[in-house]
Amino acid sequence: METYNNVSIKFNQLKHENILLNQLPVGKTARIKEILNSGITRRRFLDLGIIPNSTISVERLSPSGNPIAFNIRGSIIALRKEEAQNIIVKPL
Amino acid sequence: MGLTSQSSGLSLLKEKFNLTKKAEEQIIIALAGNPNTGKSTLFNYLTGLNQHTGNWPGKTVSNAQGSFKYKDKEYLLVDLPGTYSILANSQEEEVARDFICFGNPKITIVIADATCLERNLNLTLQIMELADNVILCLNLIDEAARKGIKIDISKLEEELKIPVIPMVARDGTGVDMLKETIDEMIEEKLQPKPLKIIYNDKIESLVSEIIENLPEFVRENYNARWIALRLIDGDNSILESIQEFLMKDVHMEAEV
Repeated sequence: METYNNVSIKFNQLKHENILLNQLPVGKTARIKEILNSGITRRRFLDLGIIPNSTISVERLSPSGNPIAFNIRGSIIALRKEEAQNIIVKPL
Repeated sequence: MGLTSQSSGLSLLKEKFNLTKKAEEQIIIALAGNPNTGKSTLFNYLTGLNQHTGNWPGKTVSNAQGSFKYKDKEYLLVDLPGTYSILANSQEEEVARDFICFGNPKITIVIADATCLERNLNLTLQIMELADNVILCLNLIDEAARKGIKIDISKLEEELKIPVIPMVARDGTGVDMLKETIDEMIEEKLQPKPLKIIYNDKIESLVSEIIENLPEFVRENYNARWIALRLIDGDNSILESIQEFLMKDVHMEAEV
């Protein structure tokens, strides 16, 4: 799994700037902007319906905060923090 | 050596997929779909009490198979695990993929949730890339109508070039039409040529190159284009499955 430490995006809710999916608060909805992975991992996200321009919301956190349950196209999908931080979203 | 079950491939089915055909004439049909699309409902509707469950050999994934009759034919329906994809990211997906690819079902039925068609079509397209005889059932069509979703069935058929059947599996709506469609496909009155995705030139030329290099028996018996695409994906599990299933086949041919 690649990490993108060079990508640091400040969470600024007022300006609705792009953030990483793992920074999205519970109950909030965002539009998917970009998937930073390539290859099989990217394919996996696309298969689950995580496609640029679709909306995703945070359903709830597990007790330890990892993984996070997301609602994507009516299905609840759990992603680990390491996975979610490779998805750039724009809060709605 | 006489004609044993070995040479008819029955033992391969038993050993690799834990499938038991009651008779040689039974026609194998696979049932695929996303999780929670009503796959089991349709499976139960078709097979009633004529079913039994077990496990896929060497996997912790359960395997259900059941039989039904329609007109004068006997069918063996195999309920594949619910998956979003058949690119083998999990045991379930590997089972579904291996069965559609190496289990040689005559027909693969994909059951989709009409209320969120887009994601379901992802799996449908992947299966169409692997098999020709595909039927798409749009389940929960009543639910979709309630949500104000209107699906243009004939347009979808025209685009995908496979039969599309609106369905409410809960009360059996559309099941007769499905059985009739299955029968027509077996009788070869219907011979779908599903829409095949054409990739960019670079990928397509790689595909041709890989196909040329695949062994002849693979090209003859399996979907070489699909295997080539998976190799480009860098999917190692397909290589493992090829080893597992095809080498078995080769040994068998040698024995016969």
